[in-house]
Amino acid sequence: MSFSWTRVRAIVVKELRDYRHNRFVIGTMAFLPLLFIAAPIVQLLTVSVSATSSKLDARVGISLLYLLLVPAIVPSGLAAYSVVGEREQGTLEPILITPIRREEFLVGKALAVAAPTLAIAYAIFGIFLAATALFAHAGIASAVFSGSHVLVQLLFTPLLAGWSIWVGIAISARSSDIRVAQQLSVFASLPPLAIVALMQFKVITPSTGLALALAAALLIVDVLGWRAVAAMFDRERLLTGFGK
Amino acid sequence: MIGDRLDVEKLRKGFGDQPAPGGASAVVVERLGKRFGHRVAFDDVSFEVGYGEVFGFLGPNGAGKTTTVRTLGTLIAPTSGSATVAGIPLSAENGPAIRARISIMPESPGLYLRLTVMENLECFAGLYELDDVRGRIERALRAVNLLDRAGDPCGSLSKGLRQRVALARALLNDPAVLFLDEPTSGLDPVATREVHELIAALKERGVTIFLTTHRLEEAERLCDRVAILNTTLRLMGRPDELRAQLFRRSLDVRIRVPLADPEAVLGALREVEGCEQAPPVGGYTLAVSDPEIAAPAVARALVGAGADILSIAESRHSLEDVYLELIDEDVEAKRG
Repeated sequence: MSFSWTRVRAIVVKELRDYRHNRFVIGTMAFLPLLFIAAPIVQLLTVSVSATSSKLDARVGISLLYLLLVPAIVPSGLAAYSVVGEREQGTLEPILITPIRREEFLVGKALAVAAPTLAIAYAIFGIFLAATALFAHAGIASAVFSGSHVLVQLLFTPLLAGWSIWVGIAISARSSDIRVAQQLSVFASLPPLAIVALMQFKVITPSTGLALALAAALLIVDVLGWRAVAAMFDRERLLTGFGK
Repeated sequence: MIGDRLDVEKLRKGFGDQPAPGGASAVVVERLGKRFGHRVAFDDVSFEVGYGEVFGFLGPNGAGKTTTVRTLGTLIAPTSGSATVAGIPLSAENGPAIRARISIMPESPGLYLRLTVMENLECFAGLYELDDVRGRIERALRAVNLLDRAGDPCGSLSKGLRQRVALARALLNDPAVLFLDEPTSGLDPVATREVHELIAALKERGVTIFLTTHRLEEAERLCDRVAILNTTLRLMGRPDELRAQLFRRSLDVRIRVPLADPEAVLGALREVEGCEQAPPVGGYTLAVSDPEIAAPAVARALVGAGADILSIAESRHSLEDVYLELIDEDVEAKRG
């Protein structure tokens, strides 16, 4: 039996239906990013019209970096729930009894977390763009709407979400308590947060080369993350508490 | 509540189109064992289950029943021995193939409570990659008489109805071997009877069922053969065979007034191999080799001694007696 997208789809559909029946899950996911959007918008709206282009670039860069925290932070709770949650509600065993492979189960879980995460992150970015177009002065708007900035946002959003999702699922696959898993998963957002902080304090200077290097590193981490989490996913330990 | 009963006819006809698997036995287990570190879950277990057989797996809590089922379902790797399930050798590589051919209904239904019955079953139909999903789900739900509840969230169903949904889920892939782990645990008598009817109907249909249970009357009523597990396999056979293995044949005698010297009246008979008093007052249990020959001789002796006979009958030992006898032996052995 080879990798089956039908089984992956079954998991994704089940998760999306669960969100639909419990809209509070997505509601709470979207709440924090709505608070997050305030700081970048204020950053841009308070820039003086006479600001130098370097200052302008720095403000725009920092604002957009803030927005990249959204895909890093938003999925952690849901990802952390994905395996240990099934285990605690007694639904993991019936799933594992089916022919599903752990890789399929994990991809299904990851896609089900990624879908609302990307929707929220891109929606927040859309709101930010709309606010900039409507309220920021022309120079700022022009900088924000430059192709490279938009491209970076579009590219890094799924990559950062992937990082956060795999860390969350890894923690979930090894935890025996939902609360512990959700608390630990918060650490998934620390590396992106650290990069933002280092850039804000000018320890790292943003550049195209750095962006490409980070994107490549994240892509590798996301692909390896799937493999690593699959290796950590041990049916026996999840069902009995004993195992690898 | 006739309308709410199981559709036994539907179960007899079957659901799907899975071909009959090859091989002589549905399950072959040879010296299988599982340890968790130093703790032995079960050890040196060997048995075979034929196609179409209902095989009961009995044992006290912690005996290793569920671990055995999980091992045969490829959820847990054995530490020793080998097995073939639905004609496929038990191994990690064969896990998906074995799981596609069997179903396990765990003790807890494990349903997604926010999802509807239909949504739960659609998810599992997808996981089994079944075709004609709607048709299969409808047939399974009709069989457990839940078609009219298909749109209800599982969280709104009673425990008995949730168990029925779990059964419908287990039947979706038309399994070659159906493992039922304590299927009536926690159910009320009506729901229990319905599950029994379902199992009996599946048995008539020729489905191989591996039933773990604490309910001895359930095993006695439904199972062709039973095995009693207490870490190791203690006994296996048809319930009447097990009774014969563990208990000598005997007569239960009741008379109105106890005999002054039972040994002189009953113990002296050639047909009687042993005599002991048994409750209530005036009761005796006589060890005999052939109750049909011994009973008339006992009656004559009692009448000759002036006793008023209330009853003479062959002793009936239930599966529960067999089970308790074995478990008591194990407890004594541990103490010793």
